[in-house]
Amino acid sequence: MASPATPAPRATPALELRTISKSFGAVVALRSGTLTLEHGKIMALVGENGAGKSTLVKIIAGLYQPDSGEFLLEGRPVEFRSTAEAKAAGIAVIYQEPTLFPDLTVTENIFMGRQPLRSFGRIDRKSMHAEAIALFQRLGVRINPDRQARGLSIADQQIIEIAKAISLDARVLIMDEPTAALSGVEVDRLFAVARSLRDEGRALLFISHRFDEVFALCDSVTVMRDGAYISTAKIADTDVDEIVRQMVGRDVADLFPKQQTTIGDVLLDVKGLTSAGIFDDISFQVRSGEIVGLAGLVGAGRSEVARAVFGVDGYDGGTVVLAGSRVPGHDPAAAMRAGLALVPEDRRREGLVIGASVAENLTIAIRQRLSAAGLFITGRRENEASRVWASRLEVKSSALDAEVGTFSGGNQQKVVLAKWLATEPRVLIVDEPTRGIDVGTKAEVHRLLSQLAGEGLGILMISSELPEVLGMADRVLVMREGRITATIERADATAESVMRAATGAAA
Amino acid sequence: MNSLKRLTRARETGILLAFLLVVIATTVKNPSFVFSQDGFRDLLVTPMLVLLIAVGEAMVIITRNVDLSVGSVIGLTAYTAGTLFKYTDIPWLLVALIAIAGGAALGAVNGLLISIAKVPSLVITLGTLYAFRGINVLWTGSNRINSTDIPNDFQMIGTAQLLYIPVITIIAAVVLIAAAWYLRNTRGGREFYAIGSDPDAANLYGLKVGRRVLLAFIVSGALAGLAGVLYVARYGTVDSQAGSGFELQAVGAAVIGGVAIFGGIGSVWGAAIGAMLLLTINRALPVLGIQDFWQQAVVGALIIAAIVLDRILALRQARRLTVMEDSQA
Repeated sequence: MASPATPAPRATPALELRTISKSFGAVVALRSGTLTLEHGKIMALVGENGAGKSTLVKIIAGLYQPDSGEFLLEGRPVEFRSTAEAKAAGIAVIYQEPTLFPDLTVTENIFMGRQPLRSFGRIDRKSMHAEAIALFQRLGVRINPDRQARGLSIADQQIIEIAKAISLDARVLIMDEPTAALSGVEVDRLFAVARSLRDEGRALLFISHRFDEVFALCDSVTVMRDGAYISTAKIADTDVDEIVRQMVGRDVADLFPKQQTTIGDVLLDVKGLTSAGIFDDISFQVRSGEIVGLAGLVGAGRSEVARAVFGVDGYDGGTVVLAGSRVPGHDPAAAMRAGLALVPEDRRREGLVIGASVAENLTIAIRQRLSAAGLFITGRRENEASRVWASRLEVKSSALDAEVGTFSGGNQQKVVLAKWLATEPRVLIVDEPTRGIDVGTKAEVHRLLSQLAGEGLGILMISSELPEVLGMADRVLVMREGRITATIERADATAESVMRAATGAAA
Repeated sequence: MNSLKRLTRARETGILLAFLLVVIATTVKNPSFVFSQDGFRDLLVTPMLVLLIAVGEAMVIITRNVDLSVGSVIGLTAYTAGTLFKYTDIPWLLVALIAIAGGAALGAVNGLLISIAKVPSLVITLGTLYAFRGINVLWTGSNRINSTDIPNDFQMIGTAQLLYIPVITIIAAVVLIAAAWYLRNTRGGREFYAIGSDPDAANLYGLKVGRRVLLAFIVSGALAGLAGVLYVARYGTVDSQAGSGFELQAVGAAVIGGVAIFGGIGSVWGAAIGAMLLLTINRALPVLGIQDFWQQAVVGALIIAAIVLDRILALRQARRLTVMEDSQA
């Protein structure tokens, strides 16, 4: 082992994976995983959800065993049958959600399973405590080593995972989306720690969806797509467009595939909708074949308007008219019968029954119609109905019986969409339809929305992502502090005009 | 460590104080409750069988499992020991070892079923609670072992004393100290807590979860086996219902003593004091003139009070931590 003071990369890579594959039953999670980590370097691993990154990490961690391919550590082939073996070989993995023992102290969490011992196999608490303090000093953080792990912030939990890795003298550190839950300051602190570990000659793998972080921290970047290795490039030799192109396998310009549609009659007509203290005098129309974007800053009252229109929440004044007939307030069932559908923002909580199967979720909104004599639902009817929608939306699920909770965010969103489309609505309200979804699935959701509009549906799309609003909407409504402050036609909508209306900045 | 130590210490001190309160109140009412040969002996001996299985139960519960079969294990091992005394001339020490090993084997059955079949321990041990008892009834029928079948030198253990301390109490104390030392000071012991605190994290850590849980059930079974032998020594007679109901007393003792039912928290000291309190209160209430049917209710109230207390302590600690973090920020 070279001394930690020499960061120069050595000839032998710290870790090398060559054409690793892994299947679970009929599902191929990883076709050909290839990755090289060098000493004293930080490698980024990017790819859409479902590209095989997590499977690759779990193989490195010893949690899964590869079906085929080569796994070399310091140039020697290895085969880990458990996480303990990978750990003993000097590999530390920091998961997105740290895995600490909440009831034990911070110190015990760091040293669990390999505490320093005195005579009779007795744990040497004093030296364990001193080591924990030394670790935190080295990392430049202030965490009380005697406190319980319960209640620590995610950032501090990650620091503890890193402290654990250092105390193990791990040569290879894998960080799986460590910044997802961190604030700016915490990210800076994490990066400082990561750089100092790199400078000690350790090999780091950084998995992230945030390109700015990848470019700020990493030396090179490996791209994966559909369970296979695509490319590796030095950060200096590539750019965001290039990486995104490789991730999705097509050009960024295709991301918002807006179809030309014929815009027809007014379907949804909202007049003077008011809810005291939340929104005021909201009036707008959605026509057949039209996608109306509802933009604005978080807290402007957009979701609240959507909930009121759909009848989840009541309102104090105003009317909602759908295709000529009045939709009663505070009655979602009536809104559904009238032909409204709402795809909520928080799909895990409000949109899906996580523990239920795809088929059950797809048919939940049309159970009444599917049931025989209004009472019994057969699995067959359920499966037939759901198969139609699953195939239309290309939900990647070989089995409709799979639990929805196991799906990626993108596929979950498609199931939610399918569920509501099965009710055959005339107007669809979608709230942040692509939040937390990877680039490729995003494009699919966009294509689908556009296609639905082409079929004559009216769509009201709430979105905080300006490119999405600008790319998709025929008309943009901008809300600020509970009021609609601007209505901008597609041709005139620019990032500047929308932001100006959203923030109230003078024109 | 200090805050945590203070907290757990407070928890066990509380139960100890409650126990002392019961003893003092009862003694004031009737001094012979403590200050008589029999009173003192009963005070120290009566809770010991439950104390032993409560120690094993605490170790199981700390790993986020539960062992409901211990009462039936006592029954089987007690009858085994009695039968060996009645029909063979095997020395009593060997009989005791056979009973303990038998208990450990029954515990291993539990542990293996749980780790292989991946069925929650509540279900498995509820099953073996009935299965073991069923085997016992099948084997025993209406027979019973009588004290005349038991060798005198062995029966002496039930009554013998060493420096005024009953031998049964000394045995229980040795077991208690050994278990407490193991849980507190060894890697393996700490892993019990880690597993109970978050089993999934324990797997990711590379801890040998299955092996530890199996060990917990073997220890619990072995201690039930020991309790079975001591049952023979103390009561002299064994029928097919020996030890029935002990399992719930063991769980109750552990919970009263501050062992969290979801694992990861508590100590065998707490469980032991819980057992002392539970069985002493049963004897104290009649002395204090409290009606029979209230006695069950008091035990129930104790268990609920203990759980509510734990919840309050946890909430208070969570609040304290938040305040600390806010003041740091």
